[in-house]
Amino acid sequence: MRKSLTFLLFTLLVATVSAAFAQDAALVQAARKEGKVVWHTSLALPSSTAIAHYFQNKYKGIEVEVHRNGSQRVLQRFMQETAAGIKNADIVHTSDAGHFELLKDKNLLLKFTPQGVASFPDGFKDKAGFYYGMRATLSVIAYNPKIVSEKDAPQTWKDLLNSKWSGKQVTAHPGYSGIIMTHVLALVNVYGWEYFRDLAKNKLHLVQSANDPAGVVASGERPVGVNGAEYFYYKTLKQGNPIKIVYPKEGVPLVVSPVAIAKDAPHPNAAKLFTEFIFAKESQQLLADKEGLYTGHPEVTYPADKPKLKDLKLLPADADELEKRNAEIRKRFVEIFGA
Amino acid sequence: MPVWIGVTVFLVFLMLFPLWSIFRASLWDESGFSLGRYLEVFTNPVFLKAIWNTVVISFWVGVISVVIGALLAWLVTRTDLPWKKPIRALVMASFVTPPFLGAFAWTLLAGPNAGALNKLYRFITGSEDALFNVFTMPGLIFVMALYSFPYVFSMVANVCELISSDLEDAAEILGANKWQTAWTVTMPLALPALIGGFILAFLHSLSLFGAPAILGLPAGIHTITTQIWALFQYPPRLDIAAAFSVPLLLATMVLIAVQKKILGRRGFSTVGGKGGQKRLIRFGWARVPVLLLVLGILSLSVFLPYWILLKAALSSAWAMPLTWDNFTLKNFSFAFFEYGDTQRAIYNTFKLGILTATIGTLVATLIAYITNRNLFRGARYLTFFALAPLVIPGIVLAVGLFIAYTRPPLVLYGTIWILFVAYLTKEMPIGFSQAESTFKSIHPELEDASRIIGANRLLSLKDVTVPLARSGLIAAWSFIFIGVIRELSASILLFAPASKVVSVVIFDLKEEGQVGVISVLGILLLAASFAVILAVQWFAGRDVVATRE
Repeated sequence: MRKSLTFLLFTLLVATVSAAFAQDAALVQAARKEGKVVWHTSLALPSSTAIAHYFQNKYKGIEVEVHRNGSQRVLQRFMQETAAGIKNADIVHTSDAGHFELLKDKNLLLKFTPQGVASFPDGFKDKAGFYYGMRATLSVIAYNPKIVSEKDAPQTWKDLLNSKWSGKQVTAHPGYSGIIMTHVLALVNVYGWEYFRDLAKNKLHLVQSANDPAGVVASGERPVGVNGAEYFYYKTLKQGNPIKIVYPKEGVPLVVSPVAIAKDAPHPNAAKLFTEFIFAKESQQLLADKEGLYTGHPEVTYPADKPKLKDLKLLPADADELEKRNAEIRKRFVEIFGA
Repeated sequence: MPVWIGVTVFLVFLMLFPLWSIFRASLWDESGFSLGRYLEVFTNPVFLKAIWNTVVISFWVGVISVVIGALLAWLVTRTDLPWKKPIRALVMASFVTPPFLGAFAWTLLAGPNAGALNKLYRFITGSEDALFNVFTMPGLIFVMALYSFPYVFSMVANVCELISSDLEDAAEILGANKWQTAWTVTMPLALPALIGGFILAFLHSLSLFGAPAILGLPAGIHTITTQIWALFQYPPRLDIAAAFSVPLLLATMVLIAVQKKILGRRGFSTVGGKGGQKRLIRFGWARVPVLLLVLGILSLSVFLPYWILLKAALSSAWAMPLTWDNFTLKNFSFAFFEYGDTQRAIYNTFKLGILTATIGTLVATLIAYITNRNLFRGARYLTFFALAPLVIPGIVLAVGLFIAYTRPPLVLYGTIWILFVAYLTKEMPIGFSQAESTFKSIHPELEDASRIIGANRLLSLKDVTVPLARSGLIAAWSFIFIGVIRELSASILLFAPASKVVSVVIFDLKEEGQVGVISVLGILLLAASFAVILAVQWFAGRDVVATRE
């Protein structure tokens, strides 16, 4: 009896798996026919280009057209195209979770759940099933150890307010970057706008992308980054540049970057295949190994020199709140910092 | 006849539709007519600050451009300064260098801490401070002036070439010394050109987008153009952008009118076409120091920026010395083989450059021909339409085109055609004035001969006049081509992901801080521009491009 039950279970398993394979084969074939997938992404250019190449190597004959830009610009261009009735984008990927609430409300997303995301933590999943977090990173402090000694270095968000840093800091912009949008919201929720008004007294160098501070700090143009994408700091550090990352104990903003398929995607099957691809364990592991990112996949392991998310105090952001306060945050940031 | 009418209607539509779109969007919306948007533009302190910044910046850019441009022009035309040809070529190189690229290079040269020049300064003096911070108002003005002075140069050089030395001799016979003569005779004669040059440089800096975005925004400085661009962020405020464009448009119109008036009122009767002799002022022993000064100025706009771009393109870490460890070709291989945007953007840029230059020259030629030979009543008013874009800053044109062509019935947005329309409009004045001055020099009697033999007007234009005008038209073609491949301020609002051009890709990369890749693309853009200039000079057999304006 027990034997036959095992056998039954085994057959069932084989049947499900092979059905899944058949389904996959059909999807691959349909995607090949479309030949291309257009990916609007805010993932750093070297990383998004690398992922496109991984995909193209695995699925020969399907081109990934990467359009990398800052989260807010990705949204701007997607909405401009939509308003003009142009159907160009297949996949939208930004680091501002609020965008996906907006796009969902406007009925611009296709409902699609890739395999395996059920096991992801809650912060990575849209309850309605329209979008899922493909990657996560932190917004951190960083400094150049060639210029700033460890003893002097800022360890907390409040340390950054010290006037000894006047003219020595760089910030990225929430009007461009979704990571910084999330960062500002998280810190405003903890310290209020007062914090940013005080920070602005240090006459910060304003860049746009959350990736740019890494280069600015490494070159020594400004030795302290008051925010920025942790994965890009980490990658820049790994290339041999003088960078030290600080994960403030009071809390680190966690930025989960969702991905979704456009409702009017011109290559829907390639888009689905690409989405399946990036959520597969293999790809998620690549994001962790090669790009320094965190992911929602429970089985992914991380480089030993990166802190574990569970060891940090995280400041998560709520997608609805991000959407509601987007315009306000951009406006106030510009008022405080001048541009 | 249908050809002439067709071209005329096309031109008038091309110019009027975007302008009409701006005025409409700034005054009307679904709920009707309102002046509220203008009220907002002129009461919101953020907008007022941007307007004030723009005026201050443009004024000083004008002043510095006049100082540099007039000095260089006087030196190469009226003195025995050696190496005049290379110096002219270097001024030309400053003109061809896209200001956004120059601004980017200057962030690497004079960033207060990592900038190469500031590091050198600290190394030599042992000081802790920076010599020069380019991310400031003076820094922005300085860099913009470096790429605006060629406008003054060409105006003043043309006038200086024509002023005869007889008048100066007269002053000297009456007992004036060299400097008194220069101050009381030469200067007043050159004054209209100086003021005209000031206004041109002022207007040029008013319309720039890339340089203020790259140097101003990091320091929290907004100008009108960067503010208009920011208004396109989601949710876009096109109506406010339109209302904000109108003051810029009006300011440009007024300035052009003033310039016309100044240049028109002061007759050049003393400035004969031929006649008097030109005698060169001798510097004697001072030749070498003066030459060094000139080369020093030009190294700021050409040598130093080009050098730092090349260095950044070839190094892993741009701020480090270019040692073997730091040397890499990765930026090149990434830009050309891995990064998908490059190939698409290069293709789009050159396609648009060639298309716009070819069709633009054709249309400009036909229009110039119509106005020059006065083919129908009122034909001369076409001049106004052909020159109208002079008063439309690129970004304002883009606002108009965006509003006009992103909604039915005519959706051009998302294709390269909206960029084509923008470039064609923007470059029309250059093509037209080039074609017009060429036709003026060709007497109609040659055509008349061909028509007497039986050719119709179009055929005689094609077989007789155009071959005679060949080198002038080739010059028009190359001006348009260079203008197109370096265009940013209109492209930045009009491109869609599928229709990116190189300048836009460079700007996008700048926002992400991809220094190495930007440098590679910048070098490519410069190389393409110089290749075209050289090819055209070789082809046309004379210095066509050096005799602009």
